[in-house]
Amino acid sequence: MKKAKLNGYLKAGLILTAILTVLIILGFFWTPYDPEAMMTGPKLQGPTWQHLMGTDKFGRDIFSRVLRGAGSTFTIAASVVAIGAVCGTAVGALTGYFGGMVDETLMRLNDALTAFPSILLALVIISILGPGKKYNVIVALGLVFIPSFARVTRTAFAALRDVNYVKSVRLMGASNGRILLVHILPNTMSVLLPAITIGFNNAVLAEASMSFLGIGVTPPDASLGYMLSEAQGMFVAAPWYALGTGITIVLLVFGVGLIGEGLQRRNGEVA
Amino acid sequence: MKYAAKRIAMLLLTMVIVSLLAFVAFDLISGDPATAMLGTEATPEKVAALREQLGLDRPLLVRYGEWLLGFFTGNLGVSYSYRQPVWDLIAPKVLVTLCLSGLTFVLIVVVSIPLGLRSARSSGGVLDGARTMVNQLCMAVPPFFTGILLSWLFSTLLKWFVHGKFPSLTEDFGGAVKYLFFAALALAIPRIAMTVRMLRSTVQGEMQKDYVRTAISRGNDRGGVLYRHVLKNALVPVVTFLAQTMAEIVASSIVVEQVFAIPGLGRMLVTSISNRDYPTVQAIVVILAFWVVLAGTVADLINQRIDPRLRLGGAA
Repeated sequence: MKKAKLNGYLKAGLILTAILTVLIILGFFWTPYDPEAMMTGPKLQGPTWQHLMGTDKFGRDIFSRVLRGAGSTFTIAASVVAIGAVCGTAVGALTGYFGGMVDETLMRLNDALTAFPSILLALVIISILGPGKKYNVIVALGLVFIPSFARVTRTAFAALRDVNYVKSVRLMGASNGRILLVHILPNTMSVLLPAITIGFNNAVLAEASMSFLGIGVTPPDASLGYMLSEAQGMFVAAPWYALGTGITIVLLVFGVGLIGEGLQRRNGEVA
Repeated sequence: MKYAAKRIAMLLLTMVIVSLLAFVAFDLISGDPATAMLGTEATPEKVAALREQLGLDRPLLVRYGEWLLGFFTGNLGVSYSYRQPVWDLIAPKVLVTLCLSGLTFVLIVVVSIPLGLRSARSSGGVLDGARTMVNQLCMAVPPFFTGILLSWLFSTLLKWFVHGKFPSLTEDFGGAVKYLFFAALALAIPRIAMTVRMLRSTVQGEMQKDYVRTAISRGNDRGGVLYRHVLKNALVPVVTFLAQTMAEIVASSIVVEQVFAIPGLGRMLVTSISNRDYPTVQAIVVILAFWVVLAGTVADLINQRIDPRLRLGGAA
């Protein structure tokens, strides 16, 4: 890999994401108010120093709720990407490296699956597993995200299968497992990392959409998507609820998107 | 022609596989709908009678065949929660979702192609950085958030349409399209950003090629080369991308219909999932899947018109 050089997009994205991550981690341990406690202040109050994002119609502190919700959205998206990236890379590595019939069949299946929008597939899986549970959302989205990662890594592994340094290592008697993990995997990072940033953003948006529809994460678990659907109902009375929640989603996706853009530019993929 | 026939055969095969999977999956999980429908009143005799009435006592493949035919004859079974034929429930909604997706698609094509070509002609500098930032920001805005803001701006504030009062497509077509336009706008913004970005990088990649250098060195101006030569070559990946866009529109419209209270397929799907109304879910999933696969097929057919090399089975 080239010497890591940070460009403007990467820097901006990393700073924004770092700030949000610190806030989210803080939110797991401490929030200004109990996110579920009612009457922490006047009802439907606009942003003040006591309530940074105001309060909703039950007098709950919106900033605390957003912190908790963002934490949950972040955890789900990270788990989904972890499932997708690990399983997808495993499938992609094996099929790309060994090739053959299994490769052909799996890739045709993959083509068929990636043609479908991820939310639609996830909704089908959710309706089978049962709606409204956090772990079902993770499982459903995780499964849906495997094919796209498999496709990306397969190409990378297939391209590196017969390059000279891999041939040399093979002649030196390295096992296939060692070649895959120690010698090829690090070289696929230039495609895997941007894929992870894109996957993360898709996962955030998919989870938020599903929770918005009431079939993803539902109370008592917090979620930005569910909060937005709550906020829509009181938009006229408390616009800061929808704005605070929505802008948090936008910033999260924007930050990670900039990291992806920066990574791609560093690899010279975008002119 | 041979290519087209092959492609259409593949489309049909894919649809048979998708519908079979959907049918079997929902058949396995739904348990016994007769017991579920009767609830506390279930006695073995009543359950058996209802099973016969619903046709559940016959083999799986027979029921699948009948159900598949139902897409042509209009007999898709009975909804568990509404106790009405599924076909009657979803037929008017198909049209609404069709209009919404069509409108969004037109909006995306009309805005992003000129914008993408414009941005491809200039590169580098401060302006380029700013454009990338705006682009990333637009991609980051989820359609349901834009939807909330737009419906507040145009419905509550400007009163251009009444949120929740969707005019019937058959009675007030103009009004319905106006209502759908705002939803289409919310759907289109992130996709426009993606299409512009995609078009830009494709065109710029194409501009680096030898034939472009040759054309320019022979005295053609850059604009002319762009429109006469580059565009044709850059179009194939763009058409494929637009087909994927169609798929994404279908998916996001599920959420946006909810935001704008549009009585479309997506909203019906969400309600049916919550109610565990499997016959309805099944039918909607297959219709949406058909749509997506159809878009892919149409894109392939258009591409082989644009690029005859594809007809020989070569890769794009």
